[in-house]
Amino acid sequence: MPYIGSSVKRIEDVPLLRGIGKYVGDIRRPGMVHAAVLRSTRAHARLAAIDASAALKLPGVVGVLTAADMPGLKTIPMRTGQIDGLERSQQTPIATDRVRYVGEPVAVLVARDRYVAEDALELVEVTYEELPVVTDAHAAMGPDAPRLHDAVPRNVPADFEVERGDVKRALAECDLVIEETFETQRHGAVPLETRGLVAEFDETNGMLTVWGPTKMTHTNWRILSELSGIPQSAIHFIEPAVGGGFGGRGEFYPEDFLIPFAAKHFRQPVCWIEDRSENLKALNQSREQTYRMRLGLRKDGTVLAMDAEILFDMGGYTRTHGGVPIVASSAMLRGPLRIENYHCHAYCVLTNKTPVGTYRSPGRYEANFVRERLLDMAAHRLGLDPAELRRRNMIRPEEMPYDHGKTPYHYTIYDSGDLPGQLEAALDHMGYEELQQRCTDARAEGRAMGVGIGCFVETSGIGPWEYARVEVGNNGGVVLYCGINSVGQGIATALSQIVADEMCVSIDDVRVVHGDTAKVPYGNGSNASRSTVMGGSAAVGACRKVKDKLLRLASAELEIDAGDLELADGRISAKGAPERSLDFAALARLALPGPALAQGFTPGISEEDFFATDKRPFPYGVHVVLVEVDRETGMIEILDYLVMEDVGRKINPMIVEGQMAGGLAQGIGGALLEEFAYDEDGQPQSTSFMDYLMPTAMDVPQGQFISTEDFPSPHNPLGVKGAGEGGITAAGAALANAVSNALGVEITRLPLKPGYLLELVDAKDKP
Amino acid sequence: MSTRDITVRVNGAERHGEAEPRKLLSDFIRDDLGLTGTHVGCEHGVCGACTVLLNGDPVRSCLMFAVQANGAEIDTVEGLAPDADTLHPLQEKFQERHGLQCGFCTPGILLTARALLRENPHPGDTEIREWISGNLCRCTGYTNIVTAIREAAGLMSEEEAAAASAPRKD
Repeated sequence: MPYIGSSVKRIEDVPLLRGIGKYVGDIRRPGMVHAAVLRSTRAHARLAAIDASAALKLPGVVGVLTAADMPGLKTIPMRTGQIDGLERSQQTPIATDRVRYVGEPVAVLVARDRYVAEDALELVEVTYEELPVVTDAHAAMGPDAPRLHDAVPRNVPADFEVERGDVKRALAECDLVIEETFETQRHGAVPLETRGLVAEFDETNGMLTVWGPTKMTHTNWRILSELSGIPQSAIHFIEPAVGGGFGGRGEFYPEDFLIPFAAKHFRQPVCWIEDRSENLKALNQSREQTYRMRLGLRKDGTVLAMDAEILFDMGGYTRTHGGVPIVASSAMLRGPLRIENYHCHAYCVLTNKTPVGTYRSPGRYEANFVRERLLDMAAHRLGLDPAELRRRNMIRPEEMPYDHGKTPYHYTIYDSGDLPGQLEAALDHMGYEELQQRCTDARAEGRAMGVGIGCFVETSGIGPWEYARVEVGNNGGVVLYCGINSVGQGIATALSQIVADEMCVSIDDVRVVHGDTAKVPYGNGSNASRSTVMGGSAAVGACRKVKDKLLRLASAELEIDAGDLELADGRISAKGAPERSLDFAALARLALPGPALAQGFTPGISEEDFFATDKRPFPYGVHVVLVEVDRETGMIEILDYLVMEDVGRKINPMIVEGQMAGGLAQGIGGALLEEFAYDEDGQPQSTSFMDYLMPTAMDVPQGQFISTEDFPSPHNPLGVKGAGEGGITAAGAALANAVSNALGVEITRLPLKPGYLLELVDAKDKP
Repeated sequence: MSTRDITVRVNGAERHGEAEPRKLLSDFIRDDLGLTGTHVGCEHGVCGACTVLLNGDPVRSCLMFAVQANGAEIDTVEGLAPDADTLHPLQEKFQERHGLQCGFCTPGILLTARALLRENPHPGDTEIREWISGNLCRCTGYTNIVTAIREAAGLMSEEEAAAASAPRKD
C-alpha cells in the first residue's frame, strides 16, 4: 500500500511527547552566557544618549552593545515582496539615532544568566528626545503628519495599482453599487514558543554556529553573511525543534544579527530567548488593513466591477517580507469570483507601531473578509440568497485555468478546480436550507442565530525553486536532504512518505535532514504552503535520479540490461527472476569508490535535484458556520463549523486536516479575540496574554474538516496544492457573515468584539 | 545573591540543587535539574506550557519560586512514560490522533490531562475542554487533543481492567 494518501503517524512525535525534543531554549553550550535586549520605550524619539556605566558595574554582567559598537551597520534587506520605494524604510538591527516603535532594539546586555541580564537592563539610562507620534495609517498620509523616514514623503514608501477591464465604465452600467469601508485589526502569528537564538564563535577555525534559525534558514544564512561580512562558508545555521511558525517566526529579525554579533564580540556562546512581553512587541504583526470598496452589480446579481483602495499599515519599518500582505490582498481580493472589471490602488503606510510581516494566509484573510461581506450585503440589497449570489459569479470549472489578468508582483492564473461544486458540496453537507430555516425560527423566538458562508481561493507552493538531495547510505537506508524547514507542521513525515513511495522502501528506512546549512547547501524554506509542493517535488526528482543510478549499478553487477530490472521492496531484481537481486546495502557497497571507479561509475549513490517553477497552485474551498449571539452581552457561540478544502492531493490526510483545524482556531482568534492595540502615543496595550487573547479550548468548537483531492495541480509531479492556510483564510469572512445574519446588521470591521456588536445592534434598534 | 539548598523528588528520584530565592521553579527544573521538557511560553501564568504536577496537582511552574517547592514531589513530562521504549496511553493517543503539531504546549497539556484522568477516569468532552482551557495550543485547534484525551481514558481503564483480572503473580 502506498504511503502517499495514508494517515501514517508522524515521525516527529515521539521525542516531542517524551519531552526530549530540543528547542532552541534547550540548547546548552559550555561557557554560555545570556543576552537581553533593551528596547525602546518610546514610539518615536531621537536617541540622545545611552549610559550603560551602572549596568557594567553589576556583578555578572559581561558587557553591553549599542549601535556605537557596530560600525558600518546595514539595513536588513527584503527577501521578498519588493516594491520600488520600500527599500527607503528598512530597519537597521539596532537603533542608531532614532526609534520608530516601542520595542525597537536600543542595546544588548550580556550577562551570566538571564536574571542578571534583566537586572542590568534596568540600570541602562537612555535619554530620548520625543518626536510626534502617528499610529493611524490614514492620518499618517496627511500633510501635517510626522514623517517617520526622511526619504519617505507622506509616510507612503510605495503604492501600486492593479487594473483589469474598465471599472469606471462598468460601474456606470450597474444597477447597484455598494460603497463601504472595511477594517481588519492588527494581530499576528504569536507561536507558543517565543523566538530564540544560541550563537557560538569558534576562534580556532573562525566558524560562527547559530542554533535557532528556522522557516527561512538558508535565506537568513545569506542575509547574516551580507550584513556581517562573514562568508557563508564560515557560518553554520542549525534548526532545532521549533514551537510553531505561522509566518511570524523565522524571518531575519534584528536579533538574528545582534546575537551572533554578541557571540563573536564577547568570544562566548550567547543565548537569547525572547520573553513573551518582548515577543508581543517585537515579532512581526500583521493584518491591519483598511479597504474603501465599491462593488457594482446587475439586478440579476452579476458582479460587473470591483474598485478598491487598500491602506496597509506597515508599522515603523519595512521588514523582510516587504509588501507581501498587500500584494496578496490586491491580487486575491477577487477570490473565487469572475470579475472582468477590477481596479485596486494599494498603499503601504508607515506608522509608529511594531513593523509587520506575514501571518498565515497573509492579505487573503483580510481580503476574503471584505469580499465575502460585500457579497452578503449585495445579496441582501438584491433580495437574493447569499449562496445563490455566489453561484452566479463563481469561476466555473470549464473556465479553468482561469487568468485574472496581469497583476503586478503576483501570479494569478488559477490552475484547476470546481469552485461552485465545492460550494454545493459544503452546503449539502451542512444542510444549508435547513440551517437557514432553523435560524429563521430561532430569530422568530428572539434568539439571534445566523449562518454564514465564506468562500476562498488560496495561493500556495511559491517557487522559484527548491533543492533536494537523496542518498542511499551504507546500511541501505535512504536519506533526503531538503531545503525546506520544519516549524512543527509535520513536513518530515510528509516528505518521508513521498520518498518511501518513490524509492519503494519502508518509511522506517527513510530519514529527512533539513534546516542545517552544513548538510543542505540550498533552500527556500517553509512559507506560503510551499514545503510539500516544492520540497516534495524536488525530492521526487532526486529519487528518480537515484533510482536510475541504482539500476545502472545493478545492471553492471548482475550483467542484466537495466530495462529487464525492476525496483520493489528495497531491492533491484531481475524481472521474472527475483532470486537475482541486490538490496540497497549491497548496491551501496558497489558504489564505494574502489568498486565504483573500477566499473566506471562516479562513487556514491547521491543525487541532487532542483524543482523550479514560476507558477503556483491555488487550493480552494468553503467555510460554513452557524452561530448564536447573545443580544444582551454581544458574546458569540459557535454552534457548528465546516471547513472544506480541495488540496489537489493529500500526502497525509491526518496532517492536512490537522492543518485545517489549527488554522481555523487561529482564524477564530483573529475574528473574535486577538488584537494588538496601541494608545495614541504608540504605547502597545497588548503585551501579555492577559491582554492579547488567544483562543482556548473553550473558544474553539469541535468543527468539521473535510479535505478533498478532486483536482490535482498540473504544476507539480505530485499534484499537491499546499494545505497550510485553508483553515484560517475565510474564518473572519464566514463568522462576520454569520453574526451579521444572526443580528440583522452589516458588519464592516473585525474583530467581532461584544462592544462593537452591541453598537451595531443599538444603531439598528434606534428608530 | 545568596542561594538556598533545595531538595525535591522529581519523577520518583530525589534531586538536590541550589538556587537564588528569586529563581522560578520552571527555570530550576530546566536549568538546574536539566529537564527541558518543561517549556516556558509566557512566564506569567497564562499559557500553561510550564505545567508540572506538584504533589499530584497541576501547577504553573513559572508562577512559583523553586524554594517554594522544597520538599515537594514533582512530576514532569519526562516521567510520564513507564520506560524508554513505551509511551503512556496519553502519549500514545496524542500521536495516534494527531494531538500535537509543534509539540511546545504538549508537555503541559499531557500533565494537565494526567491530573484530570486521576480525578475523573471517564471525563466527557466538556470536562476535558474545561480542564485544558488553561493550556494554550496555537497549532492544533484543540479538537484532536480532546479526542486523544478521551480515548486515552478509555485505553487506561481497559488496561486497568485487564490488570485487575490478570492472575496475581505473588
